[in-house]
Amino acid sequence: MKRFIGFIKKEFYHIFRDKRSMVILFGMPIVQIMLFGFAITNEINNVDIAILDKSKDSETQKIIAKISASNYFNIENKISNEKEIESIFKQGKVKAILVFEKDFIKNLQISSNAKVQVLTDATEPNTASTITTYINAILQNYQQDYNKIQGDNYQIQTQTRLYYNPELKSVFTFVPGVMTVILMLVSAMMTSISITREKELGTMEVLLVSPIKPFQVILGKVFPYIFLSVINAIVILTLGYFIFKMPINGSLFLLAVETVLFIVTALSLGILISTLAQSQQTAMMISLMGLMLPVIILSGFIFPINSMPLPMQVISNIIPAKWFIIILKAILLKGVGIDYIWKETLILIGMSFLFIAVSIKKYKIRLE
Amino acid sequence: MSIKVKNISKSYQQLVAVDNVSFDIDQGELFGLIGPDGAGKTTLFRILTTLLLPDQGVASVLNLDVVKEYKGIRSSVGYMPGKFSLYQDLTVEENLNFFATIFGTTLTENYDLIKDIYIQIEPFKNRRAGALSGGMKQKLALCCALIHAPKVLFLDEPTTGVDPVSRKEFWQMLRRLKEKGITILVSTPYMDEAALCDRIALIQKGRILKIDSPKAIISDYDKIIYDVTSNKTHELILDLKKYPSQYSVFAFGEYIHYIDQNPNFNPEDLRLYLKHKRHSEILIEVARTTIEDVFMDL
Amino acid sequence: MNQEKIIQVRNLTKQFGNFIAVNDISFEVKKGEIFGFLGANGAGKTTVMKMLIGISKPSIGEAIVAGFNVNTQAEQVKKNIGYMSQKFSLYDDLTVKENITFFGGIYGLSRDEIKRKTTILLEELVLEEVSNHLVGSLPLGWKQKLSFSVALLHEPKIIFLDEPTGGVDPITRRQFWELIYAESHKGTTIFVTTHYMDEAEYCDRVSIMVEGKIEALDSPKKLKEYYQVDSMNDVFLKLARNIE
Repeated sequence: MKRFIGFIKKEFYHIFRDKRSMVILFGMPIVQIMLFGFAITNEINNVDIAILDKSKDSETQKIIAKISASNYFNIENKISNEKEIESIFKQGKVKAILVFEKDFIKNLQISSNAKVQVLTDATEPNTASTITTYINAILQNYQQDYNKIQGDNYQIQTQTRLYYNPELKSVFTFVPGVMTVILMLVSAMMTSISITREKELGTMEVLLVSPIKPFQVILGKVFPYIFLSVINAIVILTLGYFIFKMPINGSLFLLAVETVLFIVTALSLGILISTLAQSQQTAMMISLMGLMLPVIILSGFIFPINSMPLPMQVISNIIPAKWFIIILKAILLKGVGIDYIWKETLILIGMSFLFIAVSIKKYKIRLE
Repeated sequence: MSIKVKNISKSYQQLVAVDNVSFDIDQGELFGLIGPDGAGKTTLFRILTTLLLPDQGVASVLNLDVVKEYKGIRSSVGYMPGKFSLYQDLTVEENLNFFATIFGTTLTENYDLIKDIYIQIEPFKNRRAGALSGGMKQKLALCCALIHAPKVLFLDEPTTGVDPVSRKEFWQMLRRLKEKGITILVSTPYMDEAALCDRIALIQKGRILKIDSPKAIISDYDKIIYDVTSNKTHELILDLKKYPSQYSVFAFGEYIHYIDQNPNFNPEDLRLYLKHKRHSEILIEVARTTIEDVFMDL
Repeated sequence: MNQEKIIQVRNLTKQFGNFIAVNDISFEVKKGEIFGFLGANGAGKTTVMKMLIGISKPSIGEAIVAGFNVNTQAEQVKKNIGYMSQKFSLYDDLTVKENITFFGGIYGLSRDEIKRKTTILLEELVLEEVSNHLVGSLPLGWKQKLSFSVALLHEPKIIFLDEPTGGVDPITRRQFWELIYAESHKGTTIFVTTHYMDEAEYCDRVSIMVEGKIEALDSPKKLKEYYQVDSMNDVFLKLARNIE
């Protein structure tokens, strides 16, 4: 027993004297609590919606004003006909479209049958449900007020339509999300230990005293892993398609190209970590902690980005995973072509170049 | 002048690793840097191979400055760092081909240079480097350092931990390479290997204590060393240490090396003293001075 | 010297898959001896030592160390021996005193005993001034001496030293061997591996391992006579040549 206690004592000494373990013990939980506290929300805020008002009468105006006044929605667009619905959803500009049918007031008062369609982009099923609920609440509210004034019992009928994911299958958000997270983590981790391993084993010394250039080393380390990650991606997609019945509505070729692009981005990020970290342990730690949590929380995989506080939304923009999830969902579920996702694609290309360039610059040509 | 070192110093925070070191090495010299762990050998090597920047001083290899013209040096020298620094999971052949490729040459191009050495490891050419014995690893590392026919070789403790037979063979290989005109800077903690160099620098705690040929160092040493043995080794050491005029007492294999303070020391006095202390089978003879003796007295 | 046998090894063999690391060796070590265990890296020395200190199980054969059988009483073996290796000995981020206290505790010493031994140890090694310094800040030579003494806190009958003087300067090496001599004089058996051939001369008897087998075992003096050479280094060279 004495030995045991003596041993525990020693372990405490080790923990308190090692700055790194202190950071992990105390620093990490604080960061996690902050992130979770702010980012987890089932509420919605400032969701962009569009309105198609076929009636354009005083009551529809009142409803629209009410919706606009609420913090939940932001009326991004007013479209004029149904043909625009598809395209505006594909562009990803809004998460829901409210359609007011013709003769709203007349239908409301005479047949108690004023119709409002709530069309939601259900690729984010949680958000879609919440949007529907909130809009219904606002409409009910309006209905109540109207009835109070009118002294009658008029009804608004809402019809909900879920685009792209009519069964609200969370799997459809799940598979792209998981694929992104796995590719990101595995690629980044594999490369992040690659350079640090050379440093630790001592082979880096010999490599340095040779004519080989930094960019050759870095690119040389990225290339093999591209191959392996592609295999990973194929496995996940295959599983998603056959087991979860995940649709692949867009072009396979585009999907392949974009996937390789994201893999390159993730691998370059890994290499960047590798050039900065001193040991393999540090590299793994940074990859896991520094990448995993932000990727899971801030990429929009589980929690909708729009609902997060502004600073978080800004930060989420620097996470490559966020952009790739948008691309994946667009191709798999919405079946779009490059014209809809060129912006996200460019961002990923830019990030890859940036990571590789910084890696080359930061590559230590000397030992200290 | 193949290697020029002038007033090089390097510190790590509080610790002075290399303290105002200067020496020159000629082309084709086999130069030994002799000293224990922590003496500063590796730091000095890393400065000369351009891996570390000196805090003070200048140094050049093949007339290229180690700070400003490092790229040129890195393409022209062969380097074998301290622990075995080749790829354990690649085979002998794969390692050689890799290094040949990054130096822009092939195994066949400079084959004569490494032939004598390579022949010994050729039977294992498909074996993973990690599975080789210490002596074999060392030979492989030497081949990889030579593959591009460098004019200067830096070997940092290449024989540490290796069996005596391999060590002997290794030094024979070095002498053959030297004859081909390659300048070789070797570091080693083994004092007996010092004798095999053209010139040596004795280094301790970052400072150079002496630079000269091994022969000169020994002949310059002015004190007389005696081999002493008796039937009771442990007591002998203690008793010798208690002898009033003793200067130093150190075990040296089967003998004790004894040095007296008095230049006119008469060994018979010592013999009487030891007999008095009940030692028998006493032997006192003049010993052959070795580099190690000189080193310990610096 | 007491003729009691502190180590008895019979037909000791260790196999890793197809590879036979230790090939049917037998030998004995007498109490109070300084026994040198020599051989190149990869010859099997470390494997033998691991079996003798009870952390590796023999494939075939047996060894009795300090009266206990390594096959069946490994835990007893560990309790009754001291061990010091070059790679690990003390905790760099604990102070000198803390290390002594910790290892004393591990070896089962009472608090009073630990206190008493700490005082003696610090005095003998002249480490009183640095007793509250982190071990990591000590020069290598001091660390080694402390390591050695700590391994002997529980006064075992035999201590195993795994290349204890690697890389240390010549003077410190010899000071370390003086510690070994002093300890041996008290009756502790010393089992030491080294590849400094001159250190082989300090031993009462040495054995030389080559590729898993013991190819020579005798006192340095007799080995040199047999091979008609002047130094242990040359014994080794001749032996290697004969085997080829």
